[in-house]
Amino acid sequence: MKVKALTGNEAVAEAMRQINPDVVAAYPITPQTELMHKFTEFVADGLVDTEMILVESEHSALSATVGASAAGARAMTATSSQGLALMWEILYIAAGLRLPIVMAVINRALSAPINIHGDHSDTMGARDSGWIQIFSENSQEAYDNTIIAVRIAEHPEILLPVMVTMDGFIISHTMERVEVLDDEVVKSFIGEYNPKYKLLDVKNPVTFGPLDLQDYYFEHKRAQAEAMENAYKLIREIDEEYYKISGRKYAYVEPYEIDDAETVLISLGSTAGTIKDVVDELRLRGMKVGALKIRVYRPFPRDEVKEYLSNASVVGVMDRSIAFGSVCGPVCLDVKAVLQGTKMANLPVVNYIYGLGGRDISPKDIEKIFFELEKVKITGEVPNLPRYVGVRGEEDYVGEKKGFKIKN
Amino acid sequence: MSELKKWFELPVGAVIDEPGSAIRYKTGSWRTFKPVLDKSKCNDCLICWIYCPDNSIIVQDGKLVGFDYDHCKGCGICAEVCPDKSKAITMVLEHQ
Repeated sequence: MKVKALTGNEAVAEAMRQINPDVVAAYPITPQTELMHKFTEFVADGLVDTEMILVESEHSALSATVGASAAGARAMTATSSQGLALMWEILYIAAGLRLPIVMAVINRALSAPINIHGDHSDTMGARDSGWIQIFSENSQEAYDNTIIAVRIAEHPEILLPVMVTMDGFIISHTMERVEVLDDEVVKSFIGEYNPKYKLLDVKNPVTFGPLDLQDYYFEHKRAQAEAMENAYKLIREIDEEYYKISGRKYAYVEPYEIDDAETVLISLGSTAGTIKDVVDELRLRGMKVGALKIRVYRPFPRDEVKEYLSNASVVGVMDRSIAFGSVCGPVCLDVKAVLQGTKMANLPVVNYIYGLGGRDISPKDIEKIFFELEKVKITGEVPNLPRYVGVRGEEDYVGEKKGFKIKN
Repeated sequence: MSELKKWFELPVGAVIDEPGSAIRYKTGSWRTFKPVLDKSKCNDCLICWIYCPDNSIIVQDGKLVGFDYDHCKGCGICAEVCPDKSKAITMVLEHQ
């Protein structure tokens, strides 16, 4: 094990070097570009056996990756924002074909307007595509999740593609202390890739991606849904194995100071780190606050979220993307859905849309959120529309025109 | 067509793991026109066999013997390419 100073991009590139995929097809886009710069350096230096394909667009990148994976190769790629959006049709194809592709998504805002900075809108746009989605809080997690993802994707009862995400620029370009496992340890953890079906196996010819009519499509999709259910059951086993080789214990969610917390703030990605600091600070002042970080977002950790919210009196859900036209952001929708029909069905849940387009979220902002949640807990007046954190003019608008006091 | 399978009986990812299984799907039911052969006019040039997109011209010992009506979709290419001096194939309406 070595300790290195690596940015998020470098950490994932390092993980990829150790995974040594057979094929990588990629196209540059900020803020993913440096990840591929680093990885292609490894290719040029002969440190990996990877067949590196520089394609003409992200649509081609994922198409080539899908082709390689179907052929029987361990195939990976990486992208962000518009790149992920360009891949959109192939995302569903990769999942439908049940190909164990691992893709790093460096979370960046979707246009328009063009913004190259970190938010979750790109990944959230793909949340129904059938990909497993794992969010990384920092460079260490980005490194670990990439390696774990290979095992999750290739598990014979899962066989679904996996997106490992990290916040664009915030994590991708920030140098942090990362513990890097030995090459041999990673190699033996991920093992050999032995798919049941591969196009290059000419002795056992198969057809990938045939036509389904009305009589079979639904059954195939049902089987795919079952695979996602299996993922929900099995990812913890792979996390457990990884703990044994790394000493780092990962779970679907990370509770922080949650046991006696009356107020819980849920978040994904780098902001979870900031929230933990604020929780420490507020605890010193006697506030019973806690945090819940969601690491595995798809499949959604329904039992874990229910378990850790069972003692709370008020919940805030941080969304770094908007689900336009819906009553709240994507993560908030999932949280509300799992609480439905339980004894927590009337637990006040407040949605905080924040950090879009890389807008910074500071400890002070989070403190304000906790104070607001305190107020909601005391008054019982719950905003039933999202609160937009730090948007200039929002306080005036909400205060004067809409009035904060909207009864649930 | 065989009995329809249940969702948990299907190969992963809708992969078709039996090569050549398409032969069981009888596309002949799609026809509007069917090719009819007048063997007396045919000199076994096999041009129709080369052009048939559905592999539905039956050839035995280098001689044209007939059509695979289970799979012929009635596109009429065979009748079209049959040389003018022969015109051994005519397309007739299916119900005739």
